[in-house]
This record gives sequence, C-alpha cells and structure tokens, in this order.
Amino acid sequence: MKPAPFRYADPGTLDEALAVLSAEGAGAKVLAGGQSLLPLLSMRLAAPATLVDINRVPGLDSVEVTGDGVTVGALVRHNALLRDGAAARVQPLLARATANVAHPAIRNRGTTVGSIAHADPSGEMTSVLALTDGSVTVATPDGAETVGWRDLFVGPLETSLHGPAVVTSAHFSALPPRSGTAFAEVARRKGDYAVCGAGVVVTLDEDRRVAAVRASYVSVGLTPEVHDLTDAVVGKPVDGADWSAAGALARTLVDPDSDLHASADYRRLLVGVLTERTLASAAAEAAGRAA
Amino acid sequence: MTASVDTERTITVTVNGVPREATVPVRRLLSDALRHDLGLTGTHVGCEHGVCGACTVLVDGDPVRSCLMLAVQVDGRAVTTVEGLARDDKRGGQLLHPVQEAFRECHALQCGFCTPGFLMTIAAGLDKRDPAAELTEEEVDDMVGGNLCRCTGYANIKKAVHHAAATMKERQ
Repeated sequence: MKPAPFRYADPGTLDEALAVLSAEGAGAKVLAGGQSLLPLLSMRLAAPATLVDINRVPGLDSVEVTGDGVTVGALVRHNALLRDGAAARVQPLLARATANVAHPAIRNRGTTVGSIAHADPSGEMTSVLALTDGSVTVATPDGAETVGWRDLFVGPLETSLHGPAVVTSAHFSALPPRSGTAFAEVARRKGDYAVCGAGVVVTLDEDRRVAAVRASYVSVGLTPEVHDLTDAVVGKPVDGADWSAAGALARTLVDPDSDLHASADYRRLLVGVLTERTLASAAAEAAGRAA
Repeated sequence: MTASVDTERTITVTVNGVPREATVPVRRLLSDALRHDLGLTGTHVGCEHGVCGACTVLVDGDPVRSCLMLAVQVDGRAVTTVEGLARDDKRGGQLLHPVQEAFRECHALQCGFCTPGFLMTIAAGLDKRDPAAELTEEEVDDMVGGNLCRCTGYANIKKAVHHAAATMKERQ
C-alpha cells in the first residue's frame, strides 16, 4: 500500500510543467489534488515513472463566472467550487453535484478539473460536464486547445488526451432561462462513490409547459452520456407532468454494469427512481425561475 | 528555468507550530513522514487509500487525508496533528481541546485507532463554524461521515460532537 518509486517535479510555471512532461515522456503523469491518483499509486494500480505536480503553477486556482457559464481552473478545490455563490447562480448544478463529491476532507484537496481529467464514470463532475455541454481547455507545447466533453471521454479512466498536456480549466455552460436542475445519488455511505447518481435539467416553454428534459448519470455506463427524456413529458404543464414516465424512459436508455456494489438491474431501477425524484425538484425550480 | 526532477527531497514543514526538516524519498506519503521521519505516531494509518479517515491532519488549517498527500507537497506549509490539538496551559501542563474533552466525557472511543482522525476532523469542523449557531444532526453527520469507526457505532461520537459544540458555545 505504498506507491512504487517515481520521480517528482513541481514546476513553477505552465511552460515548465509542459517542458518536464515532454522530457519525461509517456511515463509522466500530472498530479493536481491527487485524491484519485494517490490511491491508484498506493494500490499499485498505476505506477507512473514521473509525477509532475502542478500545485505551484500560478493562475490556475480561479473560478470565472460570466453570463455564458462557469470556467473552473485546474487547481480549484471541490470545496471552493461548492462555496462559490456566483458560480451556483449561473449554473446551480455545480454546487449541487459537488456537495456529493466524497467527504469534506477530500473535497479540501481534490480538484474539480482533476476529477474530470481522471474520467472516472463514478465521478460526479464528468457527468455534470456532459450535462452542461461543457468543455476543457488543454495546454500543450503547441498551444492551448479546447476539447468538448464528447471528444474528451474515451472510456473508464481514459481521455482522448495524449502526449504532454495539462488540462488547465473546465467550462460548464450556464443554466438556460426557464430551466431548473437537480442532482441526487444513492451511495453506501454519504460521500462514497455513488451506486447510482442522477443529474437533470428541465426547461419549460413560455407557457410553463415542458420543452426539454435531459439527464446524465453517475456510475452508469463506461463514459458520461446525456439522455434526452423530453419525449416522455413534452408539452405537459409543469405541474401536471408525469415524471415517472420520464423515469421509465430513462431505464430503457441506460446500459449499466454489475459490480460488487450493485447489479445492473438494481442500477437500472435506481436510474428510474432518481430520475423521477430529481425531475420533480428540477421542474419546481424551473417553474420558479419562469415565473 | 527547468524544474528539477528528483527522487529525494529535503523539506521544511511547520508541524504543530515547530519548524521541522526531513529528507524524504519523493514517494513518501505525508502520513508515513509524520510517523516515521518526524516520530509523531499520533496520526494513525488505516486503509491508506483515503477511505477510513484515521490519518486526517490539518494542512494550513484544513482537514486532509495525510495518506493522500505526498510529504514533499507540504514543503513550506503548516501541518497540525493530534499531538498539536491540546494547548499549553500557564502552569506547564496542557489544556485539552474541547473535542478531546468531549470524547472523554461521552466515551466516544473504544480501541482508539480511529480517534486521532475523528478528533482532527471534528476540531476543524467546529473551530470553523460560528459557535453560537445551532448544530444540526445533518451537520454532524456530514462532519464525521468520512471517518470510519468499527467499535462504537458512532452514537457516542456524535454525542461528543454536540458536547464539544456546547462547550465551545459556553466559552466563546
């Protein structure tokens, strides 16, 4: 339960970080909060030759909020995002999902962007990035590029990023007008990896009828996906919509796996239950915002 | 300037208010550095992958799992361990932190293995909140939910959190 030997650098600038990553080659791994990476090292599930610790790199610890959305720097800890009132006003899903990320002591250290780059399908923020149609900005020796969530996630713990690259920020789009969100999960112990989690966005039309319903799940499937549940409830008045129909539709769309913690069937059941529950809450919020 | 890539480093860290220096392999976990390099065995090591919370210490005042940080990452920073929780009194003895007192009062420990982690987590949680505000059950659950205890069933630990909070309210 100790990490295998590695080499360590803690560059003071982004350029230096990229230079070390280039020089150290494929065996180098970026270390930010380390709350997922260090357990992997200690359990010897990963043994990178070099860790490039970006914690000393300046300029990566801010949350920028505009009308378009929220841009979260690579060194913003989960707890900082959780407490960011301006970010929560533009995209309430951020605080709601972050509150479910691990335990307070882990949120003090873990970073939101790191958990996205880690691409764990049990992570909340990968799913929130998808649901908010988000993207990440990646620094490479050839310059910065933006990668949308669909192009980022390739498989469990696998992104499309190769070669020397540092994810410097993640961008989450703002909640559209007349919309509401909710996030809920079922876990063995609050703060543990979710057996199943659900984030939803409900958008109403100008007559307070359901115009769009989208959902994304945690610990369901190999990569984050966004499911369109609009057909189950489209055109229904917000107060009279049958959210269980959307839950039933969601159950047919997901393809969960079985593992030690839950069978695929149980996860599918939870998808239905959590969808119905979160949609009711999101719809109430949407109705409030549409009023 | 190129960043140096090392297998060993000498770090300076303020532990419980005292500057300490240690030369450690870069793969040394903070938990092991505290115990083995600095001789502070109050920090207990349980699962070593961030699940049990026994190794929780404060880094610059915030609780973190010391098994999920490298010792080299606290270079230049301040670490508080359970050994630093009590304060010196004027007569050369020590005054327990209200959370330590409450654990004794409420019998919130049995074997004691998880206790240092609970103490650090709860002390940080209570120290950061307004002592005058009412402490809810949900707040308590959230505070201790990341720490595992296999002896007590948590009831007395939660009682101790309330006890400590009441003491801190009285003494504010």
